[in-house]
Amino acid sequence: MKGVSDERINAPVRGPDEIFEASRLTGDATREDLESIRRRTSVYVYEAPVRVWHWVNALAITILVVTGYLIASPLPSMQIGEATDQFVMGYIRFAHFAAGVVMSVGFFGRIYWAFVGNRHAWQMFYIPIFNKRYWKEFVFELRWYFFLEEEPKKYIGHNPLAHAAMFTFITLGITFMMITGWALYAEGAGQGGVTDSLFGWVLGYVQNSQRLHTLHHLGMWAIVIFAIIHIYAAVREDVMSRQSMVSTMISGHRTFKDDRIE
Amino acid sequence: MSDIETFYDVMRRQGITRRSFMKFCSLTAAALGLGPSFVPKIAEAMETKPRTPVVWVHGLECTCCSESFIRSAHPLAKDVVLSMISLDYDDTLMAAAGHAAEAAFEETIAKYKGNYILAVEGNPPLNEDGMFCITGGKPFVEKLRHAAEGAKAIISWGACASYGCVQAAAPNPTRATPVHKVITDKPIIKVPGCPPIAEVMTGVITYMLTFDRMPELDRQGRPAMFYSQRIHDKCYRRPHFDAGQFVEHWDDENARKGYCLYKMGCKGPTTYNACSTVRWNGGVSFPIQSGHGCIGCSEDGFWDQGSFYDRLTTIKQFGIEATADKIGWTATGLVGAGVAAHAAVSVLKRAQKKNEEA
Repeated sequence: MKGVSDERINAPVRGPDEIFEASRLTGDATREDLESIRRRTSVYVYEAPVRVWHWVNALAITILVVTGYLIASPLPSMQIGEATDQFVMGYIRFAHFAAGVVMSVGFFGRIYWAFVGNRHAWQMFYIPIFNKRYWKEFVFELRWYFFLEEEPKKYIGHNPLAHAAMFTFITLGITFMMITGWALYAEGAGQGGVTDSLFGWVLGYVQNSQRLHTLHHLGMWAIVIFAIIHIYAAVREDVMSRQSMVSTMISGHRTFKDDRIE
Repeated sequence: MSDIETFYDVMRRQGITRRSFMKFCSLTAAALGLGPSFVPKIAEAMETKPRTPVVWVHGLECTCCSESFIRSAHPLAKDVVLSMISLDYDDTLMAAAGHAAEAAFEETIAKYKGNYILAVEGNPPLNEDGMFCITGGKPFVEKLRHAAEGAKAIISWGACASYGCVQAAAPNPTRATPVHKVITDKPIIKVPGCPPIAEVMTGVITYMLTFDRMPELDRQGRPAMFYSQRIHDKCYRRPHFDAGQFVEHWDDENARKGYCLYKMGCKGPTTYNACSTVRWNGGVSFPIQSGHGCIGCSEDGFWDQGSFYDRLTTIKQFGIEATADKIGWTATGLVGAGVAAHAAVSVLKRAQKKNEEA
């Protein structure tokens, strides 16, 4: 905002009656509406690769959770044909592995974009744990969720609470699921293969394959819980906070509902 | 070592024909996954190499490894294996007892220092200075350390020596400890299983004698030729798994049809062993073939993973025993309820605020 004074932002250049012809033509625009859209602006937060990643990742996680659960607790036995003509578990496992590969490739793409994208693309990959101000804001946001604050603050990227959740469940969580998942895949792919040479050490560390399966399974539940909270919080914030949420992940623009400073 | 007869000498002395001997060499080559060109090499090794002295010691164990070992069908333990190796000391199998046995033990480890293989069945308990397992009047751990000192290599027979097995299961009051955590300066081959398959045991020994080196080991120190694949990977019921055809209850129609035992908690998908290929009792059968799932006896800490009929490890940290799924559903339910309650309060709060403003 260099060179633009508050005076310049707030001073009406022309009266609302003289502008927004198109808006007025629809007939429903009140004087207050026009005054409002004149002042409210948006920030471009999520660039296209981040948005594409988000939705691809969401789809991959949905497929992974559903198929993963069905691999651990299979569907009732089906008698479509002889075992040679029937491949129910095979297709479920294929979908799981395919979605796992998509998620892994997407995650690496996302990491790449953290480096070449805008500042907001980097936010998910770190928590400013030594920044006192961060923790103060973290507590404030927590209080907002406990109904102890009258009004939330404005945020452009993630709010401090969402920032921590995103880092824990997506950055760390997906990394954990990828490492354990690929290690499980390496078991089936066989020793000496590419996946085994990259991820075989995980089983060597965990020692028992059943424990490894259990860890991967617990990870799934962590991500399911995150997804519930994530979707609820996104919708709730969209309704109750001072900025847009859901549409931001579609258009990339964060729009604000008021022009107050705090 | 010139005073030890070669394997071939011993076999001929025991009345084994050359024809039977060559048959054994072929079977051994096949069991080890070697081509026909290795048959003469095995034969030559057995004709010329002096037998490797083996000292077989027993710690905390149930002797199921020995029981399995003496039932090896290819080769027959009676005819060949006990002669192949120069089993100079095995307090369970040897005729000598008491002081005579202990003298043989001392003599062997002194005479063949650096050349003998130490086979360990069972493991040493370390609590109370090892007093929970006394052999020959001394704690077993002392005997193990003493015998390991001059050993060329150590074979850890069975789940006890490899991982600790039942005596090391939580809370492990005697602090039974697997061999590799007590002896750290010797090459150790783990041959886990409770017990290991007889042919796997004789196969490992035959390999070491034939090639005079350790077989290729995997990351956990097990011979890769027998432990590199899961039972599930080579199970004859695998097509039913891929098809999604499972035994749903014991003795149901699907069980009679021989469907996959996955839903009955079969641990084949998480167990590395050769049961589904080598099978047991001379290739007659193995647990899954007889209609019961694998219990994962050759895996690390198999007693501490919860039920033999669960495919997910029991998690005890939550006070009551729970599985990952129980915890997952409970947590998801709680979070779901929490979200619903939070949403309700949010709506009420907002309505209240609007009322105040109005």
